[in-house]
Amino acid sequence: MSLDPSFVGRTYPPTAPYQVGREKIREFATAVGATDPAHHDPEAARALGHPDLVAPPTFPVIVTMAASRQIVEDPALGVDYSRVVHGDQRFAYTRPVVAGDELVCVNTIEEITNRGGHGFLTTRTDVSTVGGEPVVAVWSKIVVRGEA
Amino acid sequence: MELPVQTYRVTRADLVRYAGASGDFNPIHWSDRTATGVGLPGVIAHGMFTMALVGRAVAGWAGAPDAVVDFGVRFTRPVVVPDTDEGTEIEVAAVVKEVTEDGLTRLDITATCQGEKVLSQARALVRTTR
Repeated sequence: MSLDPSFVGRTYPPTAPYQVGREKIREFATAVGATDPAHHDPEAARALGHPDLVAPPTFPVIVTMAASRQIVEDPALGVDYSRVVHGDQRFAYTRPVVAGDELVCVNTIEEITNRGGHGFLTTRTDVSTVGGEPVVAVWSKIVVRGEA
Repeated sequence: MELPVQTYRVTRADLVRYAGASGDFNPIHWSDRTATGVGLPGVIAHGMFTMALVGRAVAGWAGAPDAVVDFGVRFTRPVVVPDTDEGTEIEVAAVVKEVTEDGLTRLDITATCQGEKVLSQARALVRTTR
């Protein structure tokens, strides 16, 4: 399918805050086999200089994937989610996510290309605390496959 | 410098657990009927699960759970996970490309499943001094 390139540069309103909970960090760390005590024991995290449990590196995707619904469900853009494949993913951290963070996402469409009947959509999500402290920038490229 | 290869077993149970923990309930990660219906050979792992395993390897090599400063991958081939006790295996390897003056180490990463690369342009920047 073809995606409208005029959406490049569009920024969406900030999402409602996501509260990072200890148990969610533990659950996610367990699911990916991350056994470092800093993901499970607040004292171990504090020993590394963090206020509470440290999330594993890809944890922010929980927040950004939910936030990206703003874009993939934007009727004006018209992405057919059943045809979406994940292309690229990148995280650039100012600091790790920690339990107790209240995170807000601002989504921007960075790039749209259409090639070989497929649409390619790159979004940048700036994740910061409700207080405005930047935490991590997340880029995601999805491929919307054309009809075969 | 090459870092020690890390091997991770991946079963259907791991995908179900990851689906719940991450909130990604796309049925191609748990339903053979859906996966084959969209032309896949069978249920495949979440790309982000593979990336999480690589993140685990990177944190392990760096020796700290909070060392990753920048981390990116391209998903090039699906990781097919058969409905068996053994599932499949993902192997993660890396080479140190550069150690910067400000104490950051740049890694080039390779992830393979059944001998095929499943990621490309997989790179991480990690803090190796505190």
